[in-house]
Amino acid sequence: MELQAVLMAAGGGSRMMDLTYNTPKPLLPVGNRPLIWYPLNLLERVGFEEVIVITTKEVQKALSADHRLKTDVKMRLDVVCIQEEADMGTADALRHIQQKIKTDILVVSCDLITDVALHEVVDLFRAHSATLSMLMSKVHEFTETVPGQKGKKKAGEQRDFVGVDVTGKRLLFMANEADLDEGLVFRKSIMRKHPRMLIKTGLLDAHLYCLKRSVVDFLVHNKSVTSIRGELVPYLVRKQFSKSLNSQNETEDSEKNQKQQDLLSTSKDEALLQLARERSCWNDHRGDMSEAYHGGKLRCYVHIMEEGMCYRVNTLAAYIEANRVVPKLFEDPPIHPGALVSERSLVGSDSIIGPLCQISDRTSIKRSNVGMSTTIKEKVKITNSIIMNGVIIEEGCNIQGSVICNNAVIGRGADIKYCLVGSGQHVEPEGENKIMFGNNNLDISDLFVYTMIVY
Amino acid sequence: MADSVGRQVDSINHATEEDEKKHEIIGAKGEGKELTKEEKQRLRKEKKQHKKNKKDDRGPPEKEKEKEKASVPAPSKPATQSPAHKAAPVPVNASASESPVAAEKPAKSKAELRAERRARQDSERASKQGKKEGGQQSTSSKPKATPNELQPVVKRLPDHVQVDDPVALKKLAKKLERQQVPLRSDYGYKVSLFSHLHQYSRKNPPTQQISIPVTVIHPSIVRLGLQYSQGIIAGSNARSVALLHAFKQVIQDYSTPPNEELSRDLVNKLSPYISFLSQCRPLSASMGNAIKYIKKEISNIPSQCKEEEAKRILQECIDSYINEKIILASEAISKYAIEKISDGDVILVYGCSSLVNHILCEAFEKQRKFRVIVVDSRPRLEGREALRRLVKKGIRCTYVLISALSYILPEVSKVFLGAHALLANGYVMSRVGTSQIALVAKAYNVPVLVCCETYKFCERVQTDSFVSNELDDPDDLIVTRNGKTHLENWQTVKSLGLLNLVYDVTPPDFVDLVITDLGMIPCTSVPVVLRVKNVDQ
Repeated sequence: MELQAVLMAAGGGSRMMDLTYNTPKPLLPVGNRPLIWYPLNLLERVGFEEVIVITTKEVQKALSADHRLKTDVKMRLDVVCIQEEADMGTADALRHIQQKIKTDILVVSCDLITDVALHEVVDLFRAHSATLSMLMSKVHEFTETVPGQKGKKKAGEQRDFVGVDVTGKRLLFMANEADLDEGLVFRKSIMRKHPRMLIKTGLLDAHLYCLKRSVVDFLVHNKSVTSIRGELVPYLVRKQFSKSLNSQNETEDSEKNQKQQDLLSTSKDEALLQLARERSCWNDHRGDMSEAYHGGKLRCYVHIMEEGMCYRVNTLAAYIEANRVVPKLFEDPPIHPGALVSERSLVGSDSIIGPLCQISDRTSIKRSNVGMSTTIKEKVKITNSIIMNGVIIEEGCNIQGSVICNNAVIGRGADIKYCLVGSGQHVEPEGENKIMFGNNNLDISDLFVYTMIVY
Repeated sequence: MADSVGRQVDSINHATEEDEKKHEIIGAKGEGKELTKEEKQRLRKEKKQHKKNKKDDRGPPEKEKEKEKASVPAPSKPATQSPAHKAAPVPVNASASESPVAAEKPAKSKAELRAERRARQDSERASKQGKKEGGQQSTSSKPKATPNELQPVVKRLPDHVQVDDPVALKKLAKKLERQQVPLRSDYGYKVSLFSHLHQYSRKNPPTQQISIPVTVIHPSIVRLGLQYSQGIIAGSNARSVALLHAFKQVIQDYSTPPNEELSRDLVNKLSPYISFLSQCRPLSASMGNAIKYIKKEISNIPSQCKEEEAKRILQECIDSYINEKIILASEAISKYAIEKISDGDVILVYGCSSLVNHILCEAFEKQRKFRVIVVDSRPRLEGREALRRLVKKGIRCTYVLISALSYILPEVSKVFLGAHALLANGYVMSRVGTSQIALVAKAYNVPVLVCCETYKFCERVQTDSFVSNELDDPDDLIVTRNGKTHLENWQTVKSLGLLNLVYDVTPPDFVDLVITDLGMIPCTSVPVVLRVKNVDQ
């Protein structure tokens, strides 16, 4: 077997607590499918037959109960549960499943929605015998208005500085603004080996990594590494150029273990591979006197997507954007056959309706996503909104640019604009709470406080 | 061999005839299994043909006449009359010639058998003349029956030089589909003279259609194919070594299925891998020879051998092959070549040949005083890598592009060239540009020495560079200078084709000496070496 897929679905969604305080992030509906379906679909399309899913008990229960997921996803899901309270990082989770890992792994995050040609990432991993190969994408501006956000994106977002070589494939440098004091610090060894480096900031890390088996062994020995993205990847990128002859220490230890397991022929094979490389007239760089890869054994590669869709649904803005874009991708009928849509209602062509919905007369739904088992009564106007599962919307409501979470109840005649209604909440019928919120931060937080206390 | 197993069921009727024939042949030749298998195949083919033509032109009376002829003579006759039976399309004189031969059956000699066989083959060829055959290389797959007899074998064109023939393409597509190997599509407009060759683009890798955890093809083969198509492993020796390394991994991970024999099943397992690799990049002559060797070794594994033992034997075979043919051969060649390098020499090399670089480094270590001129050419610019290796060693080098060749040649005392393959008519197949170097060197009376290991010797015959060549990615020719890329939209210009040839052939008149591990031979002695090699095997 060449690669094993590992899906990390235990994350909390800490950057969109409004949505995830009740529903775990992997189960958030995007385009009327749970978020976890998208990476699973990506893996299935590419040809994986088995995936190791690391998640919490809650999500596991929901997954086994979801019949639609079971029929859609034909792969075998090996679900590993971890305690939510244990607060495991992604690297800790890999350490946890170390026994199951027999080959190189492909780690995917549950919040990744993309249509990338995965063979581009894996080909870099294969062709150069890389230790790490990851996917990044150009960040696209979000065009949708987000409830609760004042104007443009706040500049507090921590930027990622990514350094690649001239070909744009070899990863030379990676640092997050949060870890830096004043400026970027480069090692002289990097500059000597790669005098031309391109530094990019507008990149989104897709959290899709191909890792060699020896990295997992390294994690087992070094228990201090908790997060793949936060600690392991920058460490590996730095280690490419470390003075201690690269292949020493960690990777060598793991290689020693491997050698004990395999037959002695491994060392002979290594010699053959070395011979082939020596005889080959190829070099990955030119201008200096060193051999291919500068003789380094540890190599990190990145595939940067120029076009195509790549979203990480970890903020509210990304969630809304994904909901807008995703339905266009899949050829599902916009109105699910299981939904009861009255003839006198107006459902726009860019809206999708989930199964078991009931939409009554004289309702107008434009550019919105309506989830499963939602009941929408008469004379309701819904525009630019996302309605999750099990919501009941009484007559005469007007919902604009909002997100209504699971099992909420919107009372008669309520007027909701650019709001986020939490899970299981009741919005009072008109008369009392004619909620008209604009991008007014104060009111939104009040609403949330209200909902949290009630909950 | 799989279909021969199947066909044995049909041929039970003719078993007696064939058995007798077999015994005779064994008695006459003392050769053994190989010959009879070939014989059986040929007999079966003739039988099939005979049956087909029987319906068309043969009436019952003629058949009866032949049967009468067969029934009349001695009991041993039916065996020999059956070939006459099967050679039905051939006019009666053939059978007439064979019957007097058959009459002397008891005193049969080698010459008679040979004559019979030749007659049969003539008839076969006559019938096949109308049909166009595209298929696998017969030269590489059919083993030579005896070294002494050069039997006329029906040669078929390999399908990687028949890209403009839709029938051959369809056959190839069907074969790949059967083996579950994805078909790589050609890219861009091909210059008409070379439209019979494949032209692939690096932007469409062969792994596009394979599932990511590869199931059909072994992962190390996929990795190898990728490395070939991206040029990470380039150069005849490197490709062969990497191929053998990948085969070692395949053999290690192989496990015999329950009712199969390792000697047969493993060869069948390797076929889709080889198809995949040839889709990534056409196989080189050295790779072809290595594959032939491996297949022979695998089929020679005795059936009672345990799997672990068999695997160990194969791994050792591969190791010894690499050791003998590549590593030790390069040592031997260096030894001979260093005799030819004298102090004060100015040596010209072209491109990056691993063998020539090795020779020069060894010569430098042995304290010879010489300097090197490295000639390079676009678009590969491999000379830079050769330059780097030589300068790192400490050798004094000059670097020029091939366009400056005639200006620099007056300074040169010797030319050392590497080879991709040595063809049976003495032509040297090497990187494109080599023939130019040899030509100009000849004009300036500079000796040209080609260094080549014997495992690169190939039974193919070629007199020009068009028939069998390789087309590389045409986009490699596009260059950006001062921010401008003039050829960016070359595909939109209808009459423009970009040609990126990889190999060319140098006639033996321009080559003064070939240095091999068997010694220093003239170019025309290549067929002798090939013959000697076959006797050894």
